[in-house]
Amino acid sequence: MTEPQSDRRSTASVPFYRDVRVLAVFSQVIVLAVVLLVLGYLFNNLYSAMAEKGFLPSLSWLGLTAGFEIAETVVPYDSTHTYSDALLVGLLNTLMVSVVGIFLATLLGLVIGIARLSKNWLVNKLALGYVELFRNTPLLVQLFVIYFVVFLQLPGVRESITLPGSVYLSQRGIFMPRPQLASDGWIWLTIVVVGIVVAALVWSAAWRREAAGRPANGLRPISLLILFGVPIVSWFLMAAAPVTFEEPVLGKFNLTGGLKFTPEFAALTLGLALYTAAFIAEIIRGGIEAVSKGQLEAARAIGLKESETLRLVVLPQALRIIIPPLTSQYLNLIKNSSLALAIGYADLFNVSRTISEQTGQPVAVIIIVMSVYLVISLLTSLVMNIYNRAVQIHER
Amino acid sequence: MKRLVPGLVIGALVLGSSAVYAQAGGRLAEVQSRGQLVCGVNGGLPGMSVLNADTGLYEGMDGDYCRAVAAAVLGDANAVEFRTLTADQRATAIQGGEVDVIFRNTTNTLSRDASWGDFGPTIFYDGQGMMTRADLGATTLEDLDGATICVTSGTTTEQNLADQMSFRGLTYEPVVAAEIDSVYGTYEEGRCDAVTSDRSQLVGRRSTFANPDDHVILDVVMSKEPLAPLTAHGDDQWTDVVTWVVNSTMEAEELGITSANIGEFAGGENPVVQRLLGETGELGSLLGLSNTFVVDVISSVGNYGEIYDRAFGPDTALALERGPNALWTNGGLMYSPPFR
Amino acid sequence: MSARPPGVTTPIEPSEIRPPSSEVGAMGWLRHNLFNSKSSGIATIVVGLVVALAAWKLLEWAIFDARTGVITTNMRLFLVGLYPQDEIYRVWVTMLTLSVMTGLTAGRMRSGAVRMMAIMLAAGQVAIAFLAIVSGMGFVGAAAMVANAVLLLMAMTAAKRWPLSRRWMLLGWAVTAIAATLLLQGLGESSLLPGVSTNVWGGLLLTMLLSTAGIALSFPFGVALAVGRRSHLPVIRLLSTVFIEVIRAVPLITILFMAALMFPLFLPEGIRVENVFRAIGGITIFSAAYVAENVRGGLQAIPRGQVEAAQAIGLRSWQTNLYIVLPQALRITIPANVGLFISLLKDTTLVAIIGLLELLGIGRAVLAQPEWIGASFEVYLFVAAIFFVLSYTLSQASYRLEKELGIGER
Repeated sequence: MTEPQSDRRSTASVPFYRDVRVLAVFSQVIVLAVVLLVLGYLFNNLYSAMAEKGFLPSLSWLGLTAGFEIAETVVPYDSTHTYSDALLVGLLNTLMVSVVGIFLATLLGLVIGIARLSKNWLVNKLALGYVELFRNTPLLVQLFVIYFVVFLQLPGVRESITLPGSVYLSQRGIFMPRPQLASDGWIWLTIVVVGIVVAALVWSAAWRREAAGRPANGLRPISLLILFGVPIVSWFLMAAAPVTFEEPVLGKFNLTGGLKFTPEFAALTLGLALYTAAFIAEIIRGGIEAVSKGQLEAARAIGLKESETLRLVVLPQALRIIIPPLTSQYLNLIKNSSLALAIGYADLFNVSRTISEQTGQPVAVIIIVMSVYLVISLLTSLVMNIYNRAVQIHER
Repeated sequence: MKRLVPGLVIGALVLGSSAVYAQAGGRLAEVQSRGQLVCGVNGGLPGMSVLNADTGLYEGMDGDYCRAVAAAVLGDANAVEFRTLTADQRATAIQGGEVDVIFRNTTNTLSRDASWGDFGPTIFYDGQGMMTRADLGATTLEDLDGATICVTSGTTTEQNLADQMSFRGLTYEPVVAAEIDSVYGTYEEGRCDAVTSDRSQLVGRRSTFANPDDHVILDVVMSKEPLAPLTAHGDDQWTDVVTWVVNSTMEAEELGITSANIGEFAGGENPVVQRLLGETGELGSLLGLSNTFVVDVISSVGNYGEIYDRAFGPDTALALERGPNALWTNGGLMYSPPFR
Repeated sequence: MSARPPGVTTPIEPSEIRPPSSEVGAMGWLRHNLFNSKSSGIATIVVGLVVALAAWKLLEWAIFDARTGVITTNMRLFLVGLYPQDEIYRVWVTMLTLSVMTGLTAGRMRSGAVRMMAIMLAAGQVAIAFLAIVSGMGFVGAAAMVANAVLLLMAMTAAKRWPLSRRWMLLGWAVTAIAATLLLQGLGESSLLPGVSTNVWGGLLLTMLLSTAGIALSFPFGVALAVGRRSHLPVIRLLSTVFIEVIRAVPLITILFMAALMFPLFLPEGIRVENVFRAIGGITIFSAAYVAENVRGGLQAIPRGQVEAAQAIGLRSWQTNLYIVLPQALRITIPANVGLFISLLKDTTLVAIIGLLELLGIGRAVLAQPEWIGASFEVYLFVAAIFFVLSYTLSQASYRLEKELGIGER
């Protein structure tokens, strides 16, 4: 056994230009200088080209009146608002599509992922077919099909398909009654919230009892009773109905009033959800399959029921494997929502295109937009990392 | 040998990147050395520019003017590379120098003139109109209160619509698309009750519909839309070239010179014609062109009236009256400053 | 967990014991796979009915309502875009060279997956030949495609017996790449090979060009970034990390817009880069960040002992990286990078938004023709089908490759 070689050999005999430490510093300085020079050169070109043509990047346009309408807004907006308001509207629309899309994609992905594990050949193959179909075709093509071939081919607004509960489906979008809180509806809402909290407390008490090895003694049914009983009973105890529903009414051109989802929103959300669900399904299947067979056999051996095995043994372990790739799918969905441009939904990127054309400030606009996406991505990663840490094994 | 392979790969990359180096000396010299004019067009607009799948050329008024500039600068009307641009690509395309000139039904406005580039003479006086389904029975904008309206993003149209509707206290729901095909596609599918754009565009696109008679163009003009060529800021010579190529087509119409009879004018007596055709004077070389550039222009694309008739004339499906686009001598607005 | 056969009462020879007929054959299969429990049976019936109905509707549409003319009359556009008819032989020649090179490469590799890909490529060419004949594009093109397929298979068989050295293969590919670029693009003014502006490149040709050029060009950048991210030099590590994370955090479409619209502003006055190459630039920057992350994964999987051994025999750190770590890491990351290529292939559709006429862009242009308004399902279905075939084949091959390389089994 020879002496292990040390990185820190004596430097006395090494000339400085062969000294590793000097070289390290030197090479870094060189790389940094080259990168800065190249960037500087490019931005200098940009600056001089723009100065010559008289449109230096600035941010003064943010406060100017936008002068264009946006069809769908979460916050009040019209053409007299400023460009910065328009950007905010776009951002909120992006967030809305992303949140709804992520929710739907996870739900659908879970169903399909479990269907992929089904012993039923038909269900299994159908799920496989779904996954292969959606994974192997471009999202943009899927969006075009959903928007142009499905939503725009729905009947006209006067021939809307009417679903139970005053839900109307037409090429103008999906219309449904909008719940509105009556004047003293907040009392009822408070009671409901309190009920939910109490129900949750009871449920967790049952959980703790079981974990400690004692029987839950019917605590679960009590919890459910509180959860559903309180809102229903208090609803009828109120003098007037605490929540009313504003129904959509057919006006001259459109259904007005009620809750409305445009075909652009619906197509984008649905498209993103269907596409991402295929990837999520494979992640969930992989996660569940990765739980070792021994764990299942052990769970059965100690007499756990099928549902308990899934809830107490399989899912907690599968989650650890699932969370990291799931995070990147969520991020992909958020980024893919920028394809809204192709079907005319007013997301952040789409609004920014209009603004950059109207203001003649393409550089400033794209830098703002890219920074916003960067922040959204970083925040999402952060949240998912915290969650990931929570489900990982806490080694002692 | 080992060194050779990466070398070859890098060589391939350099070749492949196909960067085109231009000479100093402005856009005119650049176009001449390149031997081709890069012209930004709409590409999907009957009457203005639409692809002829057989020839690979863009036909229509914008397409013809691209060819006219190429004829004047290069002596060859076919030396044009067409770039199709969406509405919101125009500003950066001209500023970035990607195209030499834009003939893309672009409205001349103060803010665009200040921030996008320089506009040449108006080649088509248009106005914003509104097309709607005949069965809705609407005749005025007020009838469209609460309607869903399709519009192209990043256009003056989008802003005019917002102005006009809010000025009248009307509400509407915009459906905004970037591509012209999407705008009319979604309108025709029934997603919108109405679609708004330049009237020439509405007429042009209506002619491509399956049932043109199911759609009416309201008798309202919501704005002035003078459509003009666009060149980059800071190159006066090039802007002058584009300007005077356009002027020459109007001057030729005024003098009765057409692509068919231009030969008969050669060697004529009229000093105005002699100057225009470069038989006397050095007008062309003042612009950096050949003195006979007008002959090249007129003999290859014809005068303004011929260009108009090929695009919108009575023999076309569009059949649009000249209206304000008639010569000033006929009560229109088309007027070329003198060639002298 | 199969059900026990019913009890046997009379003793018989074991060899004569057969499972009851309900357990074998078609009936047994049905019982096991479709009706193994009550809920499973219900699911089978419900799902089966829905699938059958959907299939019936689709078939009905395909036979009676579909306007297949929109595909057949525009087949040339879909395949090569507006590439001039007179010059189309250059596309055939390019493909011929590529086929031969692919065959030679596949033949000398011992990988079944690679051979499978090559065979699928040949099959795809025959399929295109079929499409070309059906849509009246002419027999010359069809014959060229069939010749392609034959040459590919011949080259593969030949290379199996007489494999060329790696050096010659690399040289061959480099020459092919240069020749293909020159041939497709032409030589400006020359009368022999008149220039073909990249503006007229389109359809499947452009899709393939964008995705292959994108992955090939991004590979060296990606590897450099991955090594940089693991460097012990803080500045280099920081620069690489920031680049990778920023690019991965923003949507591809924003990068493509940057490339398409703002790229000219960054260049010195007077230099123009064609649209197609700008898109390739954008795609390259984008995929380099993803290649880097794949390669980083591969680098991390290399046991520390390898590096230590390399140091022990006195290799410098760059030598260790170049000769020991990278070759192993890249090998592991092949399937991941094939996956990246697949998603890149699909993502090239985004250039349709910036006005390039790749497969989807051509589809949109075709739909704008007055006579084909309303045929959107036919067009999108056709486009989707092409992508599906390419992507599915590649992913299956990648799956086999993964097994061959034994990844995940060590």
